[in-house]
Amino acid sequence: MSTKLLFEDIDEPGLHTLDVYKRRGGYLMAEQALAMAPDSLVTSLKDSGLRGRGGAGFPTGLKASFIPQGKMDKYLVCNADESEPGTFKDRELMQKNPHSLIEGMIIAAYAVGANKSFIFIRGEYAQQATILEDAIAEAKAAGYLGPDVLGKGVELDMWVHRGAGAYICGEETGLLDALEGRRGNPRLKPPFPANQGLYQGPTLLNNVETLTAIPYILRVGAEAYAAMGVEKSSGTKLISVSGNVKRPGNYEIEMGMTGRDIIYGLAGGIEDDREVLLWFPGGSSSPVLTKDDLDVPYDYEALAGAGSMLGSGAIIVADDSNSVVDIAVKTASFYKHESCGKCTPCREGTNWTTKMLLRIRSGEATPMDLDVIESVCDQIMGNCLCVLGDAMAMPVSSMVKKFRPAFEAHIERARRDAEQRLLASLESDHGPESILEGIGAGAPQH
Amino acid sequence: MSVRRDPLGPLDRDALRRDEAGEAPADARIRSRVPVTDGDPADPALAGGRLFRQDVHRFADGSRRPEWRESYDPTKDPAGVPDPAQVDVPDALRAEIEDLMSRYPDHRSASIPALAAAQRLHGWCSPEAIEQVACVMRLTPAYLTAVVGFYDMLEAKPVGRRTVYVCTNISCSLRGGDELLAALRDRVGGDPDVNIRGFECLGACDIAPMCSVDGVYVGPVGPDDVAPLAEQILSGADPLPERQLVRRRVADEAANTDDVRRAATEGGMLDPVDTPPSLRVPVAPPSGGGVA
Repeated sequence: MSTKLLFEDIDEPGLHTLDVYKRRGGYLMAEQALAMAPDSLVTSLKDSGLRGRGGAGFPTGLKASFIPQGKMDKYLVCNADESEPGTFKDRELMQKNPHSLIEGMIIAAYAVGANKSFIFIRGEYAQQATILEDAIAEAKAAGYLGPDVLGKGVELDMWVHRGAGAYICGEETGLLDALEGRRGNPRLKPPFPANQGLYQGPTLLNNVETLTAIPYILRVGAEAYAAMGVEKSSGTKLISVSGNVKRPGNYEIEMGMTGRDIIYGLAGGIEDDREVLLWFPGGSSSPVLTKDDLDVPYDYEALAGAGSMLGSGAIIVADDSNSVVDIAVKTASFYKHESCGKCTPCREGTNWTTKMLLRIRSGEATPMDLDVIESVCDQIMGNCLCVLGDAMAMPVSSMVKKFRPAFEAHIERARRDAEQRLLASLESDHGPESILEGIGAGAPQH
Repeated sequence: MSVRRDPLGPLDRDALRRDEAGEAPADARIRSRVPVTDGDPADPALAGGRLFRQDVHRFADGSRRPEWRESYDPTKDPAGVPDPAQVDVPDALRAEIEDLMSRYPDHRSASIPALAAAQRLHGWCSPEAIEQVACVMRLTPAYLTAVVGFYDMLEAKPVGRRTVYVCTNISCSLRGGDELLAALRDRVGGDPDVNIRGFECLGACDIAPMCSVDGVYVGPVGPDDVAPLAEQILSGADPLPERQLVRRRVADEAANTDDVRRAATEGGMLDPVDTPPSLRVPVAPPSGGGVA
């Protein structure tokens, strides 16, 4: 029996309305926080050990402490772009409990002195965006947002900004460009958003789950929150399990649970009782793990030790009826489509990796191409403004490394099939002359 | 094959506009082109005759992409910010864009939502729609066209009004997303009012394979659901009401107390464990595959 914080009674009818949320003690933490000094809020965030839930796992309190002090226009931006394949935890939170996100944003904005806040939600989440807008309107009417929050003389404005379908807008600086009304190209860092973010002003950017966790941290206390989970990965984490499992969906776990307990326990095991071929522990950007790694504890440090990462907490499980080549093609072609084109290693690297994988699938490759893929992936990593290129390179190169025999067997089989098809088509369509012509031995045509 | 060089640089506009007599030739754009020597890709001699030679397919205008050359007209100056007196903007659209602009410290931030609003009105981001947005926002059409080109949900070409996105990313394709797209396309793809396309991960892998019909998420769509769903898409009805995402309970059984679960179920929320048989055709595991 694990502890529930964010998901506690999340399906209570009407929780998305202010009445039910307040009946459950909603906005009490915001009132309490606004009576405290902003510094002590940042300190409790640091003490809680909360780490960014969007993917990078950066300590939230530390990030908040980077925001310069003083009276100026500061911004709070909530990253609700949730476009990492396999991730759908924020959707559940925003749809069912939007007020706890708003409350978390009020507390975070007060802690860093931000007076304008935006929720950047992906355009596909139309229903969730409407729910959020209604909740914000309710909160504004009740005085929780506006020029004088709760009569404490604090100003906080909040708007929902809908995106229009681009994976790169989940990257923080790409998101800021999109929010400024441009193409969502990532920016050079430093300066980091904490110093120069939205409209060149200091900007605190956090994921939905991170911000939603803040009122719960204040409720249970920073020490109690830090005591949950394991040493460097404290608290609870929402995980999204999908793929070939019996019960796909969102689960709230204390960190440190093993992958096997999640996949076979919570998610009910693999469909048709097959074996795990591979699993992505943190969204499609994370290096894949195999069934040998199922007993790795699910926390930031242990997964990094296993050569992967916790990322956004999205577990995608593929069973052994799938071909690893198909999965690699799917992964690479997604990043090829979503690469914004600003940095050459990513733009060209994702494109050529996809082309090489397609060649492997259709039987036009040699095992040497696997080395080329690994080398291309190596050259993408760390050489771009953002990590989109790395996000393709890491899973693809890990698949090539861990499943090399499967790739080689596929190359050989597909090559033979393609040869047979070609010979058959030559026999039927053209006769032997065109073969001779093809290899340069036939009579010249012109 | 020689490298084709375009004699028309961006600074050559004036040279193009006038011939020797100082008159702009009527067919300036056509005459500026180097003759295309690579042949028509539709020519069967080139398409299939030489099996081992890879031909570079070029379109009649010499480019490798359709309409590449039509996308700009070098004889014209770039369009500036439209003159408000010349552009007729519907009042509702103008009010909506002005409301959006008022939310941000910099009014340009409203460009994505403003273009989305214009797209709702016009069906796609047509030159007319872009000009209207540019007029209200005081931006150039080129700026907005660049924004349209970046985002998948803003349509740069005329499309049907009913939008159907089928998720074909990893989680969905593991459970038959590609087959769902093919099956739906078979049934509704012929209707010009329906814009059906495969899409990036829609963030609903728990209901894979799924699709979004005008923003309403439905799934899991099993083999038996395809026909009714296609009917509902064509008739404009509410898609698969009993399979909509908003009616699903959280999968974590320990999240809700029994009372809440009962209340949620009575309120119309459905059990999360509801997985119809996969659309995917089962394949044999790859021989020689498996774990290294």
